[in-house]
Amino acid sequence: MSGRIFSVIRHSFLFIFSLVMIYPLIWWMGSSLKSNAEMSSPYPFPLVPLWNNFGEGWNAIPGFSFTDFYLNTFMLELAVINATVVSCTLVAFGFARLDFPLKKFWFSILLLTLMLPAQVLVIPQYAMFHQFGWIDTYWPFIVPHLLAGGSGGTFFVFLLVQFIRGVPKELDESAKIDGCSWFGIYLLIVMPLTRSALITVIIFCFLWNWDDFLGHLLYINSVDKYTVGLALKMLSDSEGNQQWGQLLAMSLVSILPATLLFAAAQKQLVESVATTGMK
Amino acid sequence: MSRYENPLIHRSPHSKSIGKALKRWESPLAGYLFISPWLLGFFALTLYPMMLSLYYSFTDYTLMKGMDWVGFDNYKNILLEDDKFVQSLIVTFKFVVVSVPARLLAALLIALALNKAVTGISAYRIAIYFPSLIGGSIAVSMLWETIFGVDGWMNRFLGVFGIQGRGWISDPQTALWTLVLLTVWQFGSAMVIFLAGLKQIPRELYEASSVDGAGRWTQSWRITLPMLTPVLYFNLIMAVIGAFQMFTAAYVITRGGPMNSTMVYAVYLYERAFNRYQMGYASSLAWILLSMIAVIAGILALTSKYWVFYETESKGG
Repeated sequence: MSGRIFSVIRHSFLFIFSLVMIYPLIWWMGSSLKSNAEMSSPYPFPLVPLWNNFGEGWNAIPGFSFTDFYLNTFMLELAVINATVVSCTLVAFGFARLDFPLKKFWFSILLLTLMLPAQVLVIPQYAMFHQFGWIDTYWPFIVPHLLAGGSGGTFFVFLLVQFIRGVPKELDESAKIDGCSWFGIYLLIVMPLTRSALITVIIFCFLWNWDDFLGHLLYINSVDKYTVGLALKMLSDSEGNQQWGQLLAMSLVSILPATLLFAAAQKQLVESVATTGMK
Repeated sequence: MSRYENPLIHRSPHSKSIGKALKRWESPLAGYLFISPWLLGFFALTLYPMMLSLYYSFTDYTLMKGMDWVGFDNYKNILLEDDKFVQSLIVTFKFVVVSVPARLLAALLIALALNKAVTGISAYRIAIYFPSLIGGSIAVSMLWETIFGVDGWMNRFLGVFGIQGRGWISDPQTALWTLVLLTVWQFGSAMVIFLAGLKQIPRELYEASSVDGAGRWTQSWRITLPMLTPVLYFNLIMAVIGAFQMFTAAYVITRGGPMNSTMVYAVYLYERAFNRYQMGYASSLAWILLSMIAVIAGILALTSKYWVFYETESKGG
């Protein structure tokens, strides 16, 4: 009996707490349809929904539409994700399966760089990329990812190493006897088996690049190359009568891709956060 | 791609000397070829920039003109004469000292509550984890701005309870706390890690102690908490390192203001480096930050043997 009361209390507490946690998001959804006059109401639903907020917000930056910014961002994401998948799986396979001198040393260096604050690298990297003429291009994002770096690259190597270590080695052995090269084992045996870890890598790579506001701010200058994040910032900085509804509508759309990815792979994501301590 | 393929794949699978070939594939070369992207990246994009940054920190580099060696001048100026540096240290420590424990405590308590509730656990987990998935985005920073502004709904809501509203973001007294709240709101990722740690505690420990007459409270205090300390330690280190580098929200929502009340270290460094182009000065700031993080992580690591409970059975984190 008392166990039952306990459980009811626990559930009501958890329910109310979860509601408080997601209330800002519920309000966000409703308020993206509000006019400025209604914006200070804690109640999420608008009296008269202004569906126009989405249409007008989409074209609010003169000379551009959010279509341009989404295309830019998705193009950048596509390049970066491909680079990450290729480079991080190769490196992880090397660390997880092959033996070579100083392997332990290099792996501990890799783990150490996980803790390195980005602030130490941002200035010299900016100076280097500036010298290469890479300012206002996407190279400062693509090249580091090609080299298993960039936003989260090192983390992904770590995650994949852990995962590949769990793939039975007997498969390699028999493939080796059948005359398969290391590259063949990587491509034909291990890669297909890491699919679930790769989904996690792809989603977090997408997410962290989407949110790499500092990087975008530093390296992208011209509006026609702007990412969604920069466009949102520009929209919110624009002087004059700020239309909060439009701003909320556009920022709501900007978290849609992450939300959809999360919905599609929720279980896997939460599990990999649990086992690797990713954010 | 082809760069990596070459020596490894162009080999007939029917070659007679398979044994010999195998040995060749196990040569150090193959391993180094596989890790070569990272290795190259480490040298070109981590180690070299670090040395460059250390060098810059002893110069008056500005990106525009040549640089002169100034010795320890940057460090001296920062530590002895830079009031804004002191202010940013105070703000950052305030932020770290409040947001990290609050975040971990919330994560731990909710994880403990969720660990027992079986039905609906995944729905709760989603609701609580989701904010930390999107929380780093500029979109959420803007949401925060609308909620906590003078005209934001938080004031109207608090008005119901008779609490006098104010511009939570524009008031130097409260601006930092809105950022702390935003960070604590994202405790879901730490909670998920705690949940995983809780699952790894062997059931037998609870059963055995029940037989010995231990109550729930004793069990939490004597079993759950000690067994969870490795995970707590991991979460603590990650949270501290993350909190010291907080940037996006402080830059987007308050831009360090009002009156430098949210001038966290990373924003100050950004301002010096990319608004005033004092790259040398900012590099010194970066090395001071690195040393601080290293010292704090070192202290945590040293004290860990007194409070982190390691057992061969369970490897948390």
